[in-house]
Amino acid sequence: MDPETLASLTTLLRQMGEGTLSTLLIFALTLLFSLPLGLLISFGRRSKYKIVSIPMRFYILIMRGTPLMLQLFFVFYGLNPLFGIQPQRMQAAVIAFVLNYAAYFAEIYRGGIESIPEGQYEAGKVLGFTRGQTFFHIVLPQVIKRILPPMGNEFITLVKDTSLAQVIAVQELMHVTEKFASSDVSTVPFFVAAVFYLVMNGVVTRCFTVAEKKFAYYR
Amino acid sequence: MSKEMVSAQNIRKSFGGQPVLKGISCSVHQGEVLAIIGPSGSGKSTLLRCITQLEQIDGGSITICGEELAREEDGKAVYADRKTCVRIGLHLGLVFQNFNLFPHFSVLRNITEAPVRVLKKSRGEAEETARALLKKMGLSDKESAYPCQLSGGQQQRVSIARALAMSPDILFFDEPTSALDPELTGEILRVIRELAAEHMTMVVVTHEMKFARDVADRVIFMDGGVIVEQGNAEEVFGNTQNERLKTFLARYNEG
Repeated sequence: MDPETLASLTTLLRQMGEGTLSTLLIFALTLLFSLPLGLLISFGRRSKYKIVSIPMRFYILIMRGTPLMLQLFFVFYGLNPLFGIQPQRMQAAVIAFVLNYAAYFAEIYRGGIESIPEGQYEAGKVLGFTRGQTFFHIVLPQVIKRILPPMGNEFITLVKDTSLAQVIAVQELMHVTEKFASSDVSTVPFFVAAVFYLVMNGVVTRCFTVAEKKFAYYR
Repeated sequence: MSKEMVSAQNIRKSFGGQPVLKGISCSVHQGEVLAIIGPSGSGKSTLLRCITQLEQIDGGSITICGEELAREEDGKAVYADRKTCVRIGLHLGLVFQNFNLFPHFSVLRNITEAPVRVLKKSRGEAEETARALLKKMGLSDKESAYPCQLSGGQQQRVSIARALAMSPDILFFDEPTSALDPELTGEILRVIRELAAEHMTMVVVTHEMKFARDVADRVIFMDGGVIVEQGNAEEVFGNTQNERLKTFLARYNEG
């Protein structure tokens, strides 16, 4: 390999590495906020008060029913004319991802919560647990076990969905890849990107396999 | 007469306009074993669930260990405040038909969780009590097992130990053997017999007529949401004049 090719390859890898960091940042921040937010939304969606549950249903409908790309555009370009707030690119991406993924997570939580038999709540109640204790110590651990497979799907999808942030010019992995591919007129960046995404999702998959094993001690 | 532990007056309960309890009055006295028998859908389990606060009554009153859980006002049941309801609930233990053990906890943790979290006992103290109860249930070697590794009979014994760990004043059983294979019912009935010998106050909804006859001090026969007959076991099983009860018992004697 001649020194020039080597140098350009190093630059490519370094910049794609930086793009990967942005990708990971979106990934991590999205999970950090959308996992708890999703739980709150699922509570709201399950509320017996229509004034709470109907807006939550509407929220979930909008978030799941419109393209994530559109939501990214909206947060980045739409907030300023409407509310006079102009988020930075990265902020806008994280906000859009959090709001979108929270809706999906809410439905996964809801499915999990509704699969736990009523008897578990009743046992908690007659033993004197408060509703909060019953939920967090008895129900939620069982919910987590049951929702691991669909959560694994969502996490993997999220790794790949981060590439959508390029539409508002966040310098994440796909954005960097495309830039190099067009400037170098080369397909190499595509293959490198594929490997990067695969490695990330390999790690995610591995984590979920370990987690499922950890919860396999009971049925 | 010994102390009245439960006093229920004229309890009414409907599900979706369908009356299930049509004015039930009954009482449980300290140290007695009360068996509730009757055909499916007669309201026995509902009665138990109303007394243990898993269902709310529509009308009538319930007093438990001298504390008023619900009283009748203008034909409607009015419940005590939440704190009182919780405190009253702690007098009662309930053993479910389907055990309802916590599958993600070991046997020991199933028994210690409520004493630690609700009664604020130290884990050491709770474990000591739990081990003693497990020994009594003949399950000393199972404390680190998980519910899914146990037979139905073993699971039900764990759930009895779990209820007893809260030191209830009255223990309720909702068809404790109905989910078990016939060969496993014996071990549960044996445990209830032992508790009866220790003068534990118990209310048992059951389809085991022989057991009810042998162990119960008093028997209530329910049908169609009302108490049709009640009395000591001999009165109810031996020489009832009630036609519905006769028919009901005859079905069991055939089988």
